[in-house]
Amino acid sequence: MAETTTHVAEPTRRDFLYIATGAAAVVGGATLVWPFVQSLAPDAATVAAGAPVEVDLTPIAEGQIVKVFWRGKLIFIRHRTAEEIKAAEDVNVASLRDPQADSARVKPGKAQWLIVYGNCTHLGCVPLGQQGEYHGWFCPCHGSIFDTSGRVRGGPAPINLPIPPYTFASDTKIVIGQEATA
Amino acid sequence: MSDHPTTYVPKSAFGKWFESRLPIAGLVHSSFIAFPVPRNLTYFWTFGAILAFMLVAQIVTGVFLAMYYTPNAGMAFQSVEHIMRDVNYGWLIRYLHANGASMFFVAVYVHIFRNFYYGSYKAPREVLYILGVIIFLLMMATAFMGYVLPWGQMSFWGATVITNLFSAIPLVGETIVSYLWGGYSVGNPTLNRFFSLHYLLPFMIAGVVILHIWALHVPGQNNPTGIPIKSGKDAVPFTPYATIKDIFAVVVFMIFFAYWVFYMPNYLGHADNYIPANPAVTPSHIVPEWYFLPFYAILRAIPDKLGGVIAMGSAIVIWVFMPWLDTSKVRSTAYRPLYKQFFWIFVVVCFVLGWLGSRPAEGWYVIASQICTAYYFAHFLIILPVLGFVERPLPLPNSILESVMGVQKGGAGIPAGANAEPHSKG
Repeated sequence: MAETTTHVAEPTRRDFLYIATGAAAVVGGATLVWPFVQSLAPDAATVAAGAPVEVDLTPIAEGQIVKVFWRGKLIFIRHRTAEEIKAAEDVNVASLRDPQADSARVKPGKAQWLIVYGNCTHLGCVPLGQQGEYHGWFCPCHGSIFDTSGRVRGGPAPINLPIPPYTFASDTKIVIGQEATA
Repeated sequence: MSDHPTTYVPKSAFGKWFESRLPIAGLVHSSFIAFPVPRNLTYFWTFGAILAFMLVAQIVTGVFLAMYYTPNAGMAFQSVEHIMRDVNYGWLIRYLHANGASMFFVAVYVHIFRNFYYGSYKAPREVLYILGVIIFLLMMATAFMGYVLPWGQMSFWGATVITNLFSAIPLVGETIVSYLWGGYSVGNPTLNRFFSLHYLLPFMIAGVVILHIWALHVPGQNNPTGIPIKSGKDAVPFTPYATIKDIFAVVVFMIFFAYWVFYMPNYLGHADNYIPANPAVTPSHIVPEWYFLPFYAILRAIPDKLGGVIAMGSAIVIWVFMPWLDTSKVRSTAYRPLYKQFFWIFVVVCFVLGWLGSRPAEGWYVIASQICTAYYFAHFLIILPVLGFVERPLPLPNSILESVMGVQKGGAGIPAGANAEPHSKG
């Protein structure tokens, strides 16, 4: 085995070393990319700041819309009047662009509280409350119309205002960012 | 560069000593002094030099702005106002930088459409041309991230709308967007990384520009006739002819640039960007900077979110395939009577798309955007390939010299196409 002259077709120890070294370089290089890509993800402080937030509902008067932020995203908390709830419930669901019953957009027994993300689903503008044909929201940017359930009823928005994860901690307090653990 | 064995001989003893160790003087001499330039170039061929000047101007003004700018969501807006009010000549440096971006795009669009008109993208300049498309994409990314830095209302909401485009990607879209943001929405981490990348990308552009110039110096420049240099009489040396002409064009362009900076420095911006970023209120009408408007119109023309994003990306990526989509053997549109008409229709469609991009996305504007978008793609996918087969080009001149001085002796123009086969200059 001391002789290093071999047939060309025979793989040598040197061939093995070449391939092993090359493979180690490729795998090592690819592995090194991982921490750099991961560093772009939301960091620990941002994640911590994105923890669930508590909102006290007592000061929100009937008919009022309050804006809060969770994870830097705008959220509307709307204390709906009986009239607004009725208007939202009396809609023929099948006629909607993004069909969803009002009962599916609020917590059972809490129909007066509508909690939705506050950015238009078209291009992210902030719609104005109590305006538009259905007195829900009206987006001044491109004319999207939402009803008192936050469902799209006209304009370019493709879907309803989404519902953030939240749960009622008590009758007058919600926790946004946390689903009920049933 | 590589194609031209240098005839440069250093005169001094030190010059000879240095040249034998680093032959950079010879490289400069063969590339920018002795380099043969077609004698019939028009001022449309000075925009390369104007763009090189604009890149340097943007880097220099940007480096000085970065000495005072603070990339923090709580301080960025104030630091920009500080530059405007307190820093000596800060207003001038900032206005030069902000308007410089627009001037950069004015020049690059002239450069791109000159290339379309005279068929500069065709063999043997495909790689040169594709490098140019890459530079344009890098410019777009740099300009977008630069516009975010003042952290005004248009910065914030522009960043929100544009980064949200990536959420249209199926399955991984939302993850990609949170990696772009470094959070759950556009915020301080986003501003920080955009500043970092905004500083990096211009140097990447400079690197690709070097490749672009290298690739240019292999086949040499195209010219208004589209036929290659065949003899020494077709060309003049780069210095002084092209050098002086380029400098003159840069000076004229600087006058145009100065007009914007000194007389209407905010005309090309948006008043909303002088309101600090507020995530709870959107500007009533979000529009990108003028140089993105045609692409923005294409984005909004497609009623589907993902479809719109794909169409907008394709509108630029399709340029890469132009050397192969254009089946005509004749480079210059001056000898293509049919294509000349379609070229100008295409130019008008691009302007109309730009105007539509500035309009609200409603009513007949949407339908007009859809018609123009369809035409835009038809230009590349139908008109360019078909015209090469059905068009009968005009006779080409025998040489660049003949096109300038008229036919010297005997013989009219030779049949079309005979001179158009790709080969290097003589």
